[in-house]
Amino acid sequence: MERSEAELIAAVLQGDSTSFEPLVQKYSPRVFATARRYARRESEIEDIVQEVWLKAFSKLKTFRGEAPFEHWLMRMTVRTCYDFLRGHQRNRESSFSEISEPEEDWLEKFVADPASAPEDADAAKLLIDKVLEKLSPPARLVIQLLEIEDRSVKEIAELTGWSVPLVKVRAFRARGEMRKILARITQDKYL
Amino acid sequence: MNHAELHKKLIAAARAQAPDDRVPYAFEKRVMAQIAARAGADQWVFWTRGLWRAAASCAIIAVLLGIISLCLPKTADTGNDLSQDFENTLLASVDQGETMP
Repeated sequence: MERSEAELIAAVLQGDSTSFEPLVQKYSPRVFATARRYARRESEIEDIVQEVWLKAFSKLKTFRGEAPFEHWLMRMTVRTCYDFLRGHQRNRESSFSEISEPEEDWLEKFVADPASAPEDADAAKLLIDKVLEKLSPPARLVIQLLEIEDRSVKEIAELTGWSVPLVKVRAFRARGEMRKILARITQDKYL
Repeated sequence: MNHAELHKKLIAAARAQAPDDRVPYAFEKRVMAQIAARAGADQWVFWTRGLWRAAASCAIIAVLLGIISLCLPKTADTGNDLSQDFENTLLASVDQGETMP
């Protein structure tokens, strides 16, 4: 008979660590999907997810069961991803000279006629990935959660542990940061 | 160049990318092995941490007592040490007997 999540968690807390495995199996796809939004290399993604699970195991005592386990785990995942971004800040220093030909073509199309540049083009996806990589860690996290994942300010505050006003301030700054980066790309290429 | 429009387009492009939720083969086994290894290491960490804490607190107490004994004012030397006092107390009855007529 399959045990419920609450039973598995209770068993882990009583010292049966093998009961943790079904939880890892069930939620790893979700954790991997989140980690892949913040890291590119597969080795880094695996490190992030592994860290999330090790933290989840060691802090399981703090899970009070008031909210679903998945919410608690996703909070931990987002915070671990944010720590990862902060730890890899130096990678943002490179210039935009590495914009590829298809990306340039897409931008040229956009300049000529914004409606003619499709947003589902691979070049647009590569370009937004590069822009996101240039953002500071808090800006990237806010843009990802607020604009790309379409979460509310309150949800972001719960996920990140920041206060609601802080999320709003960081969202405002993040948009400004992104505008500056976009201006820099287009200035380099089209002015 | 309409930056607001470009911003919108790029965000739409990011939204169109479905995140990949693939999990590497036997990933959960790897996590469980790490957890088991950590649990074993935790036992040693528990004891070594406890012993180090005990040693540190003993050292602190020794240093504090040393400082206190150095700082305390020295009592005037009456010439009587502990052995002398002990002897006087023990032989008090004999001394009294000698002085009695």
